[in-house]
Amino acid sequence: MRKRLAPYWLVLPGGLWLAVFFVIPMVVMVMVSFESGSLESGFTLTGDWHNFTSMIDHYHDQLIRSFKYGLVTTVITIMLAYPMAYWIAFRGGRHKSTYLFLILLPFFVTFVIRTISWQFLLADDGILLGHLKDWGLLPEGFHVIATSYAVIGGLVYNFLPFMVLPIYVALERIDRSLLEAASDLFASRRAAFTQVVLPLSLPGVFAGVILTFVPAASDYVNASILGGTGQIMIGNIIETLYLTNSDYPHAAALSSILLAALLLGIFVYAKALGTKDVMDVSAG
Amino acid sequence: MSRPLGTRDGWFLRSYTWVVIAWLSLPILVMVVFGFNDTTSKFNFVWQGWTLHWYRDLFAIPDLTTALVNSITIAVIVTLASVVLGTMIGYAMGKYRFRGRGALDLVLFANVAAPEIAMGTGLLSLFLSLGIPRGYWTVVIAHIMFDIVYVAITVRARMAAFDKSLEEAAHDLGAGAFTTFRLVTFPVLLPGVVAGALLAFALSIDDFIITDFNAGAMQTFPLWVYGSSRVGTPPQVNVMGTLIFGFGILLVLANTLLLRRSRRQTRSRSLVDDAGLAEEPVAS
Repeated sequence: MRKRLAPYWLVLPGGLWLAVFFVIPMVVMVMVSFESGSLESGFTLTGDWHNFTSMIDHYHDQLIRSFKYGLVTTVITIMLAYPMAYWIAFRGGRHKSTYLFLILLPFFVTFVIRTISWQFLLADDGILLGHLKDWGLLPEGFHVIATSYAVIGGLVYNFLPFMVLPIYVALERIDRSLLEAASDLFASRRAAFTQVVLPLSLPGVFAGVILTFVPAASDYVNASILGGTGQIMIGNIIETLYLTNSDYPHAAALSSILLAALLLGIFVYAKALGTKDVMDVSAG
Repeated sequence: MSRPLGTRDGWFLRSYTWVVIAWLSLPILVMVVFGFNDTTSKFNFVWQGWTLHWYRDLFAIPDLTTALVNSITIAVIVTLASVVLGTMIGYAMGKYRFRGRGALDLVLFANVAAPEIAMGTGLLSLFLSLGIPRGYWTVVIAHIMFDIVYVAITVRARMAAFDKSLEEAAHDLGAGAFTTFRLVTFPVLLPGVVAGALLAFALSIDDFIITDFNAGAMQTFPLWVYGSSRVGTPPQVNVMGTLIFGFGILLVLANTLLLRRSRRQTRSRSLVDDAGLAEEPVAS
């Protein structure tokens, strides 16, 4: 009897922590979305959808921009990550873990500092553009900072390792004898790739898409450090509504909209693939 | 070893991989080098010669020092707590089948996949509803909430490689439950626990978004640096970033070396088959 209860005792403290500080807060946030009022007059539950519709009315530009930037970031990241992951998995030889270590190197630097470093690099008179302008390679008025290129560049930079790693893990798991079989059966190198390697690596790509798209679309650090007023993303709005305006019902509504949109995508995804695959690969 | 692509493609992909690694390292280089910049301007963008001034005056900005100390102490507390709670969950999930295991699995997956901004605003909504003032301890609670999950996943992955008949053998030889855990289970689990602890520490000290929403007026290192990005980031930030970077690299290298040595010992004693899982330094 004691033995059968063992897993419950082990899971209880951590499970409670996750229930109270992860699951319940999501429910509370959604409930707050149905409130109205202000910090001075207090908030009351109204139960209508007004906050949601007004937030979509006000901020659909930023919502669309966030999803667009997230999508562009994800596509660029796949294109950059796949060839690298492929080369390391199949040709890394003894140095595979060294290459992976080098790819993970940015994670040893604080996320905010990494992004500020790009601000350094891309500043109008900074070390990169400043010199190129001095040498006459770029026109004086040229700038990257405060454009969508800077923000998407920052997002790609910050989340690239999240794409390389799961793709690498998936490629690494491919049974090498399958490739020999393909070549024994006279498959061309191209056919072996498109018909054996690529399909077997797709779970890694799918995991990478979640790990990249979700943080990229909901990020506000890159937009705020590298972008200008034209690159404001939905995360920036949520931050302002919560921390500057203390307009909690509207902030909660907007955050719930973002969460719902992303979760919907993730669960359709996970349903199609099984969460285990995604978890396995993301745990490395 | 089969060769899915010819050698001609080999050098191309190799150089490509190195170009991307160089690009990933560029902001790190900027951070390190500009910590030595003899700048007098408020914006540390232009190179003005070498100095060790900022290393000597590392703690000259009291608010920044406080923020760094907060980050470090929070990371230590959070790592200890989440290693205990997370290991219990990971061990239970790896060893037992029990009711609610599927639900727990879903919660872990949702925690990894959910956007940070939703977890941060959700928790803030909870604290606001309960009238709990935000500060040091709300950030500790928040960090434990996401770190438990990463430790649990890492330990569970390690459990997958664990031969359960070893525990039965120990039991048959008369070892009690505690002795079995101490002498058989724990040594096998240890690399997973250490990897989980390193990951938990890194995620806590680097966290920005969830902390931003739940810190109130309290400052952590990333929060202070973010605030400084508008008014000019002082070179001390580069120095602190460089030291954190160096410390992180040292920890992971030490862990890798220790693992390698203990594996060699294990092998020579031929006690446990080398399972080969969780031997990569996990850091993200």
